[in-house]
Amino acid sequence: MATTERVATGPRSPFNGRSLAWVCGLAAVAILLTLGIRDGTCPSSGSIWLSYFIYGLRSGAIYAMVALGYTMVYGVLQLLNFAHSEVFMIGTFAAVYTLKGLFGVQPNHPPTGLTLVFVLLVTMIFAAAASGTTAVVMERLAYRPLRRRGASRLAYLITAIGVSLVLSNLLLLLDGGPHLGLPWNWPAVGGPGAVNYPPTISQAKWFSIGGVPISPVTVLVMAVAVVMLIVLDQFVRRTRTGQGIRAVAEDPETASLMGVNVDRTVVSTFLVGGLMAGVAAALFGITFGAAQYSIGFYPGLKAFTAAVLGGIGNVRGAMLGGLLLGLIEQFGIACTAAQWQNVIAFVVLVAVLMFRPTGILGEQVGG
Amino acid sequence: MSSETGEELESQARKAQEATPGGISEPGGPWHKRGRDRVRQFTAPIRGGMQRSRTWYEGLPTWAKAIVVVTVITVAALAPFIMNATLGVAAGYWEAIAVKIGIAALLALGLNVVVGFAGLLDLGYVAFFAIGAYTYAIASGAARFGIDTFANPTKHFPIPEWHMYMWLFFFLALAVAVGSGILLGAPTLRLRGDYLAIVTLGFGEIVRITANNLDSFTNGAKGINEIPAPAIGLPGVHYQFQGSFQSNPYYWLLLGVIVMWIFLLRRVNAGRVGRAWAAIREDEVAAAAMGVPTVRMKLGAFAMGAAVASFGGVIYAMWVGFISPDSFTLFGSEFSSVIILAMVVLGGMGGFAGPIVGAALVVFLPERFRSLGDSRYLVFGLVLVLVMILRPQGLIPSKRRARELTGGELHEQTLYEVREEASA
Repeated sequence: MATTERVATGPRSPFNGRSLAWVCGLAAVAILLTLGIRDGTCPSSGSIWLSYFIYGLRSGAIYAMVALGYTMVYGVLQLLNFAHSEVFMIGTFAAVYTLKGLFGVQPNHPPTGLTLVFVLLVTMIFAAAASGTTAVVMERLAYRPLRRRGASRLAYLITAIGVSLVLSNLLLLLDGGPHLGLPWNWPAVGGPGAVNYPPTISQAKWFSIGGVPISPVTVLVMAVAVVMLIVLDQFVRRTRTGQGIRAVAEDPETASLMGVNVDRTVVSTFLVGGLMAGVAAALFGITFGAAQYSIGFYPGLKAFTAAVLGGIGNVRGAMLGGLLLGLIEQFGIACTAAQWQNVIAFVVLVAVLMFRPTGILGEQVGG
Repeated sequence: MSSETGEELESQARKAQEATPGGISEPGGPWHKRGRDRVRQFTAPIRGGMQRSRTWYEGLPTWAKAIVVVTVITVAALAPFIMNATLGVAAGYWEAIAVKIGIAALLALGLNVVVGFAGLLDLGYVAFFAIGAYTYAIASGAARFGIDTFANPTKHFPIPEWHMYMWLFFFLALAVAVGSGILLGAPTLRLRGDYLAIVTLGFGEIVRITANNLDSFTNGAKGINEIPAPAIGLPGVHYQFQGSFQSNPYYWLLLGVIVMWIFLLRRVNAGRVGRAWAAIREDEVAAAAMGVPTVRMKLGAFAMGAAVASFGGVIYAMWVGFISPDSFTLFGSEFSSVIILAMVVLGGMGGFAGPIVGAALVVFLPERFRSLGDSRYLVFGLVLVLVMILRPQGLIPSKRRARELTGGELHEQTLYEVREEASA
């Protein structure tokens, strides 16, 4: 992606158009908030705001991890991988069956202590493996034939939607009944209802910050997210594969001339995105307690919004965008009602596209 | 690639094999190539026939073309009777399917303006369909009636009786849909195409969630019931439409609306606007450099698509008599955004016959083969992927669009090509 070079035109005034826009935007938000608190639409107590802040960070951390998959694939292929939400969905299923099937966690006997740590770790690894495999297979079967042909962008988008439909409906149909006129029954994995997680890590209060109770699950999500985000950031920046990904994102033809194996780089991009989505899916499932065929839709859409918010193609932007989106969403809920939660993300998306289509940090991979 | 004959295709396939270094150990190359060659061999006679009939039609004088068109419309008008006679299970069953095909065809035609002509991917197309249906339901008073009745079950409210003026609501729905299309498009259409896909997807969800939450306007999730049917009240002709109990009048109404839209869209697409759309879709940067007002033209395509969908929505609301937010989803409902897209892609983008045939197939096949049942969305997904890999131009492509989509001389901003030799 070409970066725009700024031509120096004398000393830059602190009151240029961009900073003015930021100031106006922030002022508008502040005025709206004050008005909202005045007439009682928004809560006025600080600890309520703090609790929304913490929930915002928690869901934001998950959005950020999913957003990385969108942003990296976009950086490398300029493809909006709609099916990434289904990669996430597969992860929630892998996690629930690891807990139920592999460890046989019973509804009344959640594991404790070191066992709990081990169980959670393996669950996340299995979910990551399942999601990563899905992403790679998807690339191999659906996108690579298009890439070979040099297909149009529209063809990619339509394929992505097709893959998304196939994956989510596959899980819907795996309900133990016969389908497609086949004589045998399909295995009962998903189905129309939700598959509930057995209890693992406690959702109850552990300690409190400023009067807001913090549960172990919140700590888990934040801690894992921080570790994963740092690992990914370092991976993209320091390793050879990461370098390859950045090179292909910058200029695929030159990268291939310089000896970067483009095919392998694309596969590893999908793999890394899938792994992150899988870990995020395990955390999401453990937090909200369910896996369902349609569960990927909203997290996927919000993660995409987060990627755009931070600047699509930009790894750190996706992280920042995810956290910000989580916060905006929770603050929005604080002032409206929970039923508008999913609308808030779209409004943010449209607003970002209107005023700053390159996102907060701009479009580039690795920057 | 519709202009090729079977022999040419075979010789091409041979050439491709000779050119591939690994061609001897792996005849035909990767699975999708082998599949494509197999499909091409298999369908060569059908495509030859299509090609011959197309050249035959194009060679006819104008009066003969008119006769052909009138014949096709007449056969289409008799379709419910034909289906009933050949497939009839219960009275009114295939008539209802015919109306569904008509609505689907109208929606596919509208989406084709956006996706096929201007090359923009709209994933929230059902929103405009919903806006049309809701505008009709609210304007006709059915929404108010439903909300009042629900709030006061014992009190008797008059059922709205507007029937004669219902036709005016077509224009109202059109205005609302076009207005919202422009409102949505104006900020987002100046961006790259793929953002549009996600914004429209969001828009589709916003419309659905809003219809779900605004109880005082749309009766929320309970939906709007008893939507009145229109009537014709010309001097000498009095006819009261009967909702879904008598589907054929709606089918003929739809047929008329479809013919009218095809006529209009053909005129638009053949003129300056159509050329601008083709230029934008093939290379937006070049089009802008040549002085095509890209944003305005894209907005035009968007608004026109919205207008077509709003007509579909109004007729749907009139016919079915009950709408709720669940009728207008991304996928899962009868006419959802993704299903309409599947119709356009399967039938072939950029023409007029393609979307209609696609709509007919997508509605008809699951009805004919009920064993598909719930699996049909899986099948549609597979169809989307396979069509994009094996025959990206769809079943009945427009010539120009086919060249673009198969990655020939003309293409939109292509992603880089990975050569077969380099990776082998």
